[in-house]
Amino acid sequence: MRDVAIIGVKNTKFGELWDRSFRDVVVEAGVGAVSDAGVVGEKIDSMFVGNMSGGQFVEQEHIGALIADYSGLAKDIHVPSTRVEAACASGGLALRQGIYAVASGMDDIVIAAGAEKMTDVPSPKASSALAAAADREWEGIMGATFPGLYSMVAKLHMHKYGTTSEQLAEVAVKNHHNGQHNPIAQYKSPITVESVLNSIMVADPLHIFDCSPITDGASAVVLAPADVAHEYTDTPIYVKATAQASDTIALHDRRDITTLDASVAAGKRAYEMAKMQPKNIDLVEVHDCFTIAEICAIEDLGFAKKGEGGIVTQNGETAIGGRIPVNTSGGLKSCGHPVGATGVKQAVEIVEQLRGEAGKRQVDGAEVGMTHNVGGSGATAVVHIFSRNR
Amino acid sequence: MSVPRFWRKQIARYNLVGTHCKKCDEYFYPPRNMCPACRREGEIEDFKFSGKGEVVTYTVIHTAAEGFENQTPYVLAIIKLEEGPSLTSQIICEPEEVSIGMKVKPVFRKLGQGGERGMIYYGTKFVPDK
Repeated sequence: MRDVAIIGVKNTKFGELWDRSFRDVVVEAGVGAVSDAGVVGEKIDSMFVGNMSGGQFVEQEHIGALIADYSGLAKDIHVPSTRVEAACASGGLALRQGIYAVASGMDDIVIAAGAEKMTDVPSPKASSALAAAADREWEGIMGATFPGLYSMVAKLHMHKYGTTSEQLAEVAVKNHHNGQHNPIAQYKSPITVESVLNSIMVADPLHIFDCSPITDGASAVVLAPADVAHEYTDTPIYVKATAQASDTIALHDRRDITTLDASVAAGKRAYEMAKMQPKNIDLVEVHDCFTIAEICAIEDLGFAKKGEGGIVTQNGETAIGGRIPVNTSGGLKSCGHPVGATGVKQAVEIVEQLRGEAGKRQVDGAEVGMTHNVGGSGATAVVHIFSRNR
Repeated sequence: MSVPRFWRKQIARYNLVGTHCKKCDEYFYPPRNMCPACRREGEIEDFKFSGKGEVVTYTVIHTAAEGFENQTPYVLAIIKLEEGPSLTSQIICEPEEVSIGMKVKPVFRKLGQGGERGMIYYGTKFVPDK
């Protein structure tokens, strides 16, 4: 198996992009990443695109071909392009498929992208589309919503470990603080614990400010064999681990409602592959679709003891400058969550950090970064570890 | 949900009929036709659950799922049945009444309707078992 490096990255602006179509944002991200890498179209061997639900959001399937076409990679050069779907983990999984392609030796230059256009439908329709990531027949039909499922995780976490609404709010406050320095972020305004607690209740105990928003956006990275990465860039970022794990589709079938066993398993596999431990990681982008999700994630990935995620957050250990900075991009909460793009956006953030290009969000001396992308309420988890050093 | 998709699992939804693996003695609700532990070696049979159980966790939903808008606030819970498996359902009670560990029992209720002239879906919800 060959070592793989990221040689180019690009995020579009994340937000409510009324004037941009699905294909517009994907092409912008793809072209941006390719320009950043300095490769030409003829050199691209394949593309993988994470997209959760083009069918429900823009009534468009056959996303792979569409993107190849509008990127100028379909006619004449016929670059193979594959859509990858794992709900909100679609982006992370597209990246993983791209890494497979390069690592196997089948392909050399590969684009891994992710995109979602969510605001072309009204919010209730978007929420309903997202609910398809849970078990439609046995959760959705009973009136479960996504905030509802994560609220049940939060309720039990509070009951078992004494986690408080204030600690949940601290996650949102930190991520908004980070997001204000991210040029692509959907929300750039800092918020306070009080404003989170005073925002409307969506599903007890989660308020609207505990929830990630509905977002349009796209992200892309260019992958290459590590042996030739220096031909394209002075600062290739090496893929040290790619890991994925599955769990039950329904929350009610989990071993423990407050642990995402898929995150634990994917994290363990990633640490083994990279021959690393949590203490080797300088920063991590985790899947904070809800504030409770970040608390579970830092526990499940070994950055906090089980049950102490809330306290660790409240103590500032996950802030920039803290013991383990979490979601320097602003996370899903403040940067936005175009579901198919998120897993790739996380990798773009880590690359910018490891290159030292993150501006006011920069984690000093960052050498190793991790991404953690979750599908549904935890049925899929994808974890990557990246490093400046091969 | 389409009529055939609902109708297919009507008995499971109306009467809490799930499955049981004779080989490893595990119970499944929602029903599974393959035992996740024994896989191909499993011996699956239908099993009617008593419906008695307790609340593992819950939430009070204020922003409803599509089609549930006129029910807010409603209590959604994960309920562990006395035979072992857990399911997601609503508990019909005041939001202040529900608590983790609370005993519940099943009731037959309307779940929803496929539009103004569509089929009415019935199924099992729960109430406090005092």
